[in-house]
Amino acid sequence: MPLLEVAGDALSVLAQASQFTAVDQDYLLEARQMQAMSLGVHIILVCFGISFPAMVLFMEGLYLRTGDPAYKAIAKRWSKVMLILFAIGVVTGTILSFELGLLWPQFMETFGEVFGIGFALEGISFFTEAIFIAIYVYGWDRLPPKLHLLTGIPIVIAGITGALFVIAVNGWMNYPVGFEISGGEVTEVRPFEALFNRQFWHELFHMYLAGVMVAGFLTAGVYAYAWLKGRRDRYHRVAMIVPLAFASLAAIVQPLIGDWAGRKVGENQPVKLAAMEGLDQTTKGAPLNLGGLYWDGKVRGGIDIPDGLSLLAYHDPDATVEGLDTVAADDRPPVGWVRNSFQLMVGLGTALALLGVFFVAHWWRRGRLPRSRWFFRAVVAAGPAAFIALISGWIVTEVGRQPWIVYEVMRVEEAVTGAEGVPVGYGALALVYVGVAAAALFLLRRLARRPVEWETGAKALGPTESAGEERG
Amino acid sequence: MAELVLAVLVLGVVAYAVLGGADFGAGFWDLTAGGAERGARVRGMIKRSMGPVWEANHVWLIFVLVVFWTGFPRAFGPVMETLYVPLFLAGIGIIFRGAAFALRGEAATIAQARVMGATFALASVLIPFFFGTIVGAIATGQVPVDGDGDPWTSWTGIVPLYVGVLGVGTGAYMAAVYLAADAQRSGIDDLVRAFRVRALGAAIATGLLAVGGIFIVNAEASDLYSGLTSGAGLVLVLVSAAAGLVTLWLLWVERYALARYVSAVAVGAIIVGWAVAQRPDFLPGELTFDEAAAADATLTALVIGVIIAAIVLVPALTLLYRLVLHGRLDTEFRPIVAADTTHREEER
Repeated sequence: MPLLEVAGDALSVLAQASQFTAVDQDYLLEARQMQAMSLGVHIILVCFGISFPAMVLFMEGLYLRTGDPAYKAIAKRWSKVMLILFAIGVVTGTILSFELGLLWPQFMETFGEVFGIGFALEGISFFTEAIFIAIYVYGWDRLPPKLHLLTGIPIVIAGITGALFVIAVNGWMNYPVGFEISGGEVTEVRPFEALFNRQFWHELFHMYLAGVMVAGFLTAGVYAYAWLKGRRDRYHRVAMIVPLAFASLAAIVQPLIGDWAGRKVGENQPVKLAAMEGLDQTTKGAPLNLGGLYWDGKVRGGIDIPDGLSLLAYHDPDATVEGLDTVAADDRPPVGWVRNSFQLMVGLGTALALLGVFFVAHWWRRGRLPRSRWFFRAVVAAGPAAFIALISGWIVTEVGRQPWIVYEVMRVEEAVTGAEGVPVGYGALALVYVGVAAAALFLLRRLARRPVEWETGAKALGPTESAGEERG
Repeated sequence: MAELVLAVLVLGVVAYAVLGGADFGAGFWDLTAGGAERGARVRGMIKRSMGPVWEANHVWLIFVLVVFWTGFPRAFGPVMETLYVPLFLAGIGIIFRGAAFALRGEAATIAQARVMGATFALASVLIPFFFGTIVGAIATGQVPVDGDGDPWTSWTGIVPLYVGVLGVGTGAYMAAVYLAADAQRSGIDDLVRAFRVRALGAAIATGLLAVGGIFIVNAEASDLYSGLTSGAGLVLVLVSAAAGLVTLWLLWVERYALARYVSAVAVGAIIVGWAVAQRPDFLPGELTFDEAAAADATLTALVIGVIIAAIVLVPALTLLYRLVLHGRLDTEFRPIVAADTTHREEER
């Protein structure tokens, strides 16, 4: 990849010459928004896809160990939610593969052979997931119990490997390696080198933990809400504690992974780090501003910690941190979006980590849930907070990559389609997604209101409310 | 190496056509099943048959897309740039179909179930139509290599529209055969008869459509015609025709389990025939397979990926289809409308 020669004099920094030509497209921003919208819809389903199966299996495992029908009732209910979310994820994922080609044909045509293998391997994972999710969900009470649990394990593994390969491609867009380029032609493709690039590992762990946090806190929040509404039986308690424990542990570890990710970004994409911090000038012993927001060209408000950024990014208070001035204005990402999203993510992530610490510590010392209603309210709020943190972090990664689609190699305006009607497609897809989201939420609520599926003869252990019969 | 990856791509298209295509065909029968009362049993059977397999069947489309853009990026770009209208419409259809099918089971009232059902069924008919027009547009050389083909006339010629209709027809035909076999396995006799009639009708209609297609292709796309009427292309067309006739006979003597496979051969052979007829061009008159292909390192990696896929997926798919075909994953048969009234009663 072309390396940028950092010149001492800011005036000599010119926009990088590119090997490609810009496409005539009046609606580049709409094309980007359309892609972002589709990813935003899909990413929440992905969070459930990669982490929820583990929670379902954990619950079923508890049932197999103890024979307690509450565990089984929860696992069965969740597996239906899992199937519905997976099905919607399948179609929104399909739309994403269409859009990669429809919106960014030059990107796919030029670099498909470099990173495409990542999607091929992801496809295999997706396939495995689809097969076993069907066997698992339709196999309840039809396969022997232990075998049934085993058929769930490939779902968990495929969820992890699927995320792994998609992240590998994303890491590659941010740190493109594994090919040579001259005159706009890609040569000497090394597909596996492209996959296991330097942005890969930390992005993977960061995203996986984020997935556990979003799915765990959202699920726990549903039952915390029920608790606040007075449904305080064992079923609701267990169904809250398990996902909350998953999410809390992930939330506690996440800041450490975040620190690692931040340092890697400083190493591999210094301009992105400068945008995240709103650092205009290259600075030795750069301060860290906490809480300040970026508008009108500078960070306003917040608290400055002297040498803090140098310390965080390089573990050295005197380290020099590159500022936005190292590249021409045309090569900088929109700093406001990146900086402010980053602050939001860090703030929410910290709050969620504190909630996690509080829950785990309380459980450890007292062996029970906190009694305060505020705790349950916090759990209800934690789901949306985790989702907002996820989206903010994703804005940091992807908007922070701008104006490049392939970092410092190809610009978004060189990748975009020349087709007409992008706003029409964007509007139509937005309407469709609003409709699907409304239908999905409405029907998931209906599913939640259905009577719990207790095993025959288990009613005595169940809640005093209605106990329904088996539903297919 | 390019030939090998091409074979993988064609295999993916065949699998999607005979598995995913049949799911679309099931939607056709859902759409045409009649009023809520009369169609309840047919719709119940369709939902029960598709439930466990449609996601895995759909993933073949993803497989086709990733092999296409990784293995043949220089053809993928132009196809996406020229045929974006039918691709986008198919994509929207896929959202509607998948979401409506997944959510239909949770519908509370007959009205909701009807909206979901109609969405599912209508989308199921439109998706194979648009995919068919895409195939027809590629086969008749409507996609220029620089990607600036006309967004409308490229796929609205007589051959693309014909292939679109053929896509709907073959799906409906296979679906009726599969559903008859599923109903027979479950011993639901009235539905066996219902789908037998549909399968016979669809087999004859699709057969006539295929014969008519010979004249259309001859008149409109002579290169494709000569590819399909000589050498390996001709052999495959004859295999398809023979399999179609055998299916008809198997339906007549009520041997549905076997008819399932033979009907798939009839459809699969014609797709392979299309690929053979186009050889050596990917975009006829514009770009050959070799020119479209990715670098050797990528093709090798892709083949490694496919081998991994075979190791992982063949046993997994075998397990899924064995469980399904032995009825191990069958849910209790329930006509669709009745299911919703039971939910309502339960709530009281």
